[in-house]
Amino acid sequence: MTLGVSRWALTGKVCVLLSLPDDTRPAENWTLSALGQDGIVVRFGDGRQAQTAAAIGFGAAVRAAELEGVVEVATALTSVLVRFDPMLVARAAVEANLRDVLVAPRVAGATQGRLWTIPACFGGESGPQLADAAALAGMSEAAARAELAGAEVSVLAIGFAPGQPYLGHLPQAWDLPRQQALTPQVPAGALVVALRQLVLFANPSPTGWRWVGRCAFRPFMAERAAPFAMRAGDRVRWALTDESTIDALGAEPDGLGGALCEVAP
Amino acid sequence: MTVRLFVDAAGPLMSVQDLGRPGRIDVGLSRGGAMDRTALLGAAALLGGGVRAGIEMAGMGGTFRVDAPLRFALTGAVMRASVDGQALRWNASHMLLPGQVLVIGAVRAGSYGYLVPAGAVLGRDVLGSAAAHLSAGLGGRLQAGDVVQIGAVGAGAGQVLPDRDDLGGGTLRLMPGPQTQMFSAAERARFAQTVFHRSPQANRTALPLMKDGAGFAALGGNPVSDFIAPGDVQITGDGTPVVMMAECQTVGGYPRIGTVIAADLARAAQAPVGAALRFEWVDVGRADALFVPEAQQLTALKAAVRPLVRDPRNMHDLLSYQLISGVTAGRDMEPLP
Repeated sequence: MTLGVSRWALTGKVCVLLSLPDDTRPAENWTLSALGQDGIVVRFGDGRQAQTAAAIGFGAAVRAAELEGVVEVATALTSVLVRFDPMLVARAAVEANLRDVLVAPRVAGATQGRLWTIPACFGGESGPQLADAAALAGMSEAAARAELAGAEVSVLAIGFAPGQPYLGHLPQAWDLPRQQALTPQVPAGALVVALRQLVLFANPSPTGWRWVGRCAFRPFMAERAAPFAMRAGDRVRWALTDESTIDALGAEPDGLGGALCEVAP
Repeated sequence: MTVRLFVDAAGPLMSVQDLGRPGRIDVGLSRGGAMDRTALLGAAALLGGGVRAGIEMAGMGGTFRVDAPLRFALTGAVMRASVDGQALRWNASHMLLPGQVLVIGAVRAGSYGYLVPAGAVLGRDVLGSAAAHLSAGLGGRLQAGDVVQIGAVGAGAGQVLPDRDDLGGGTLRLMPGPQTQMFSAAERARFAQTVFHRSPQANRTALPLMKDGAGFAALGGNPVSDFIAPGDVQITGDGTPVVMMAECQTVGGYPRIGTVIAADLARAAQAPVGAALRFEWVDVGRADALFVPEAQQLTALKAAVRPLVRDPRNMHDLLSYQLISGVTAGRDMEPLP
């Protein structure tokens, strides 16, 4: 019980230990390219399909390797960004070190998993496009609510807004296209769906995805002791509840919306 | 002793900016900070000491007063500026005394001007930086009635830097990035042969470019969302190129044809509406060779600083200059307290 215990203890939540299977195979099918004068993107696959497990595993391995001159490591859906200080190390040396990490077997335990359980509701005023999305997914609204609420998803990437998670992947039926027109505004905490993914909006925002649910979880609060709640690789499941409960949880000053976080060793 | 800087009038987009918050891409927060980082380096050269926060003013400045003497620099886009009606030299450091009114008006060259106090901006740090990150909701715009608290300012004589030549558009050097190969060789060549104009829609997040004729397109549609860096030139769905700027998102789904090198990002930011911009391809090795760390840029700027020579006939407040600064025309840089 290490990470975040004191933080979650403040809200009376208890962290328990989980064990996750480790993938120790070396990465395959990767390319290195420049992103600006101080960046290297390591991309898995052809960049047209998500390779999240490879990206998150490699990101953890690069961090653990503590490579000379590397100042920042971040993971996205298909890739890992490695930023370096050109005054300390040349691009060619960073690339050589990254190739060594790429071909090495993964160290077991390099990826640390956390499991979030977040109260959420789907449909109604908190998800006005659920019926619309359910029809596109070929199921009843009730079935759609049950499937979304019951799906365990992973944080595939964080981006677009501070702390904001892309969650997936949902079952194949949820491979929905973006809308033709933007929904002008969804509230902070809105859950929107497309492309077998959910986004949990950090701030009120327009969106091209369909608004199907809502929670009181705020992924980013600058004034919170840990401003950014989630990171790539975390897993998320939903505790189905009603709108009035979500509203009440939204009043809690920690902005965690009643979420429980369980931490792996 | 701290100084209160009163904002009596504010242009439509004024905010406190420093060099931003690097190192948080993993949690979805781009570095942010000044649109023209060179302007903050120049201010540090003029004022002595290290880089500190200033007030970024897009297109239009504001009206300012102080309750204690404030040494400050004016850098970046050249704007009309005066103290009690007497014109001030831009790209130079000056003094503002209690009872005087500093008026900074419309831009004359470039887009983003900076008013940088000699002391630190106090009480605005979030996640280690005072910079407003408007798209992330950190901090906000400065408005009339706001008060900016400034730390001790120290003494120092007026200084000046040579005029800049990157405030009117021109050529931006473009290095290949992770998605450059998603564009055909012919499309990449056409990109470098095209004259673009800065769109009026540009902001701290992105700078759209206008052109006549056909837009640009990647081969085979859009990639999965991937990392974006400031300087990336994103091609949106309708073929419009958009240069990603200080507050860009950390990941994005549109393909990017290349990345403007850091040395040319200030030129991109400062291009006025309608200014012509072109791109010139440089390979990765050439781009890396062109990288100059900001510490080295600051050293070079400090070497270029000269005393600001005033015409005594225009120095109605000659006595106050001597009393306040206590320093003559020396070029000594006092350390910040």
